[in-house]
Amino acid sequence: MELFFQQVINGLSLGAIYALIALGYTMVYGVLRLINFAHGDVYMLGAFAGYFIANAMNLDANPSILGAIVVTMGSMAICAAIGVIIERLAYRPVRQHSRLTSLITAIGVSLLLEYGGQVVFTANPRFFPQMIRSETYAIGKVQITNQSLLIIVVSIILMFGLEFIVHRTKIGKAMRATSHNLSVAKLMGINTNFVIAFTFALGSALAAAAGVMVALAIPKIDPLMGLMTGLKAFVAAVLGGIGSIPGAMLGGMIIGLMETWIGATSYSTYRDAVAFGVLILVLLIRPSGIMGSTAAEKV
Amino acid sequence: MSTTRKVLYFVVTIGVLLLLNQVFEHGVGDFQIRGYEARIVSLIGIAITLAVSLNLINGLAGQFSLGHAGFMAVGGYSATYVTVYHGQQIAGLIGSSLGEVAGAALVMPISLAVGAIAAAVAGLAVGVPSLRLKGDYLAIVTLGFGEIIRVIILNIPAVGGATGFTNTTPIANFFWIFAMAILTIVIVANIRSSTFGRALSAIREDEIAAEAMGINTTRYKVLAFVISAALAGVAGGLSGQLFANPLNPQNLNFVKSIEVIVMIVLGGIGSITGAVFGAATITILPEALRDVDRQFPGLRMVIYSLLLILLMIFRPQGLLGRKEFSVNWFRRRKAPLAPASTGGGADV
Repeated sequence: MELFFQQVINGLSLGAIYALIALGYTMVYGVLRLINFAHGDVYMLGAFAGYFIANAMNLDANPSILGAIVVTMGSMAICAAIGVIIERLAYRPVRQHSRLTSLITAIGVSLLLEYGGQVVFTANPRFFPQMIRSETYAIGKVQITNQSLLIIVVSIILMFGLEFIVHRTKIGKAMRATSHNLSVAKLMGINTNFVIAFTFALGSALAAAAGVMVALAIPKIDPLMGLMTGLKAFVAAVLGGIGSIPGAMLGGMIIGLMETWIGATSYSTYRDAVAFGVLILVLLIRPSGIMGSTAAEKV
Repeated sequence: MSTTRKVLYFVVTIGVLLLLNQVFEHGVGDFQIRGYEARIVSLIGIAITLAVSLNLINGLAGQFSLGHAGFMAVGGYSATYVTVYHGQQIAGLIGSSLGEVAGAALVMPISLAVGAIAAAVAGLAVGVPSLRLKGDYLAIVTLGFGEIIRVIILNIPAVGGATGFTNTTPIANFFWIFAMAILTIVIVANIRSSTFGRALSAIREDEIAAEAMGINTTRYKVLAFVISAALAGVAGGLSGQLFANPLNPQNLNFVKSIEVIVMIVLGGIGSITGAVFGAATITILPEALRDVDRQFPGLRMVIYSLLLILLMIFRPQGLLGRKEFSVNWFRRRKAPLAPASTGGGADV
């Protein structure tokens, strides 16, 4: 039973990370119908931005909670800007072309960030400064580190924040309208270009937060760290139903829990395959994902 | 084309390939081709097979598959497995009735056939369920499938697992590589100008309209997918049995699939000529940039990705678009133009 709860805790903190990244995929897909392959790499850039800010503030020597908050906020701001720049320079020029063109562009941006990262940051892994000293709490026999607790708590706060923005603000309403129908939203006087840019900023900021928190828990960062994590987060988004925000959260949790469980069994080498296997099964049974809506196809 | 002409073309092609094979593998007199250059030429041939086969499903049928490396892996590992573990038996069996030379020479095509069948079966298994899905979803499922294949191979010790399939017999030579590349081109070009090809273009342009016109879209899509997978398997079989080029699950991940997509996108999605051109360019480019890459590791891939983005922004149809190379290019232009012999549409 202890093992079960232990796995649940580990799975939830991993799942929270996937969920945060999946939200970015799902929001961009919602407004643009584009799989933003570069999103996983924005998560990597978030970790690196955090690394440089934390080192500039010399947080390794004197760790503080306030410092960690500043680092996370700074990294989120930087990645929001990067997200907007990517949209402006790469995706907007190809928006009127076919969706295949956009998809290939996204793949191109992803490769550019990964290998550009290798040129700029070098391929060697770096060690993220310990902004918050690691502590382990024990509840009965279940061990929980303050970092995984932090990941779960911060993720929940961010998800509530997102829920507030999307459902309680004017820009959120504009986002929902745009994702419902871009051209009609434009006719209703919504500045869709701004809404799309805002969506990218929001998604990228969430990915950056995920990047910093992962770097805190597993302090080894390298330019390719976003590749597999990004793919799995994307799987999570599709699993939950792409375009659906609660779906992304649910999908992230499912993938996270499943991965920790498989990792604890003797089939741990199949860990990376399981996410994709489940995805394929779900798509075959329910192609729009768990919480996705099926739109009737129009001729 | 009359039957006599077909036979003539076939014989001439085989003859030329055998001649070139002699030049490449053994040299003529003092003239020797260095191993390095010969290797690049071999890799170009394999890349042509890969790119043209992917073009069938991505270009002609318009179904975006991101799992070509997976089929390459299935075919490659099966073919290499056959040669390594049963090559001697096959050679002996055929050798006893047809002579030793024939026995040794036929191991390669038999292994390739096994690879093609294995990849085709995998293609069928993936294609039947996933081709019901559209666009992006198909891309994801094929990507997921490719990753699953890779993880499964990692866990099979008989084929080397994570270290790669290194204990192979390098029997792939210039003749087989280019014979398969030409075979692939002929197959895809013929499909393109057949009823099957017309149906695929209709599906690409508008699937609902195609279905309304009575085209069995699922059947054609799956068929195209299976043929494409089988040809990718052949490319894998050649690649795995090339000298000092072991199959490795690390190199057969989705980055490899993307590399093949870059090839066909560069040349022009849907154009066979473009796929051949793209395959050659993307294979030569890293070699040409090798010195740059040594100084700044990763810069080569940066140039790749920038190229891809800029191409999509400024010329999304690729360098050639849907144009095909044809002999008509060299004929004097007369008005009105004769209908295109390759069926490529506007090939002027």
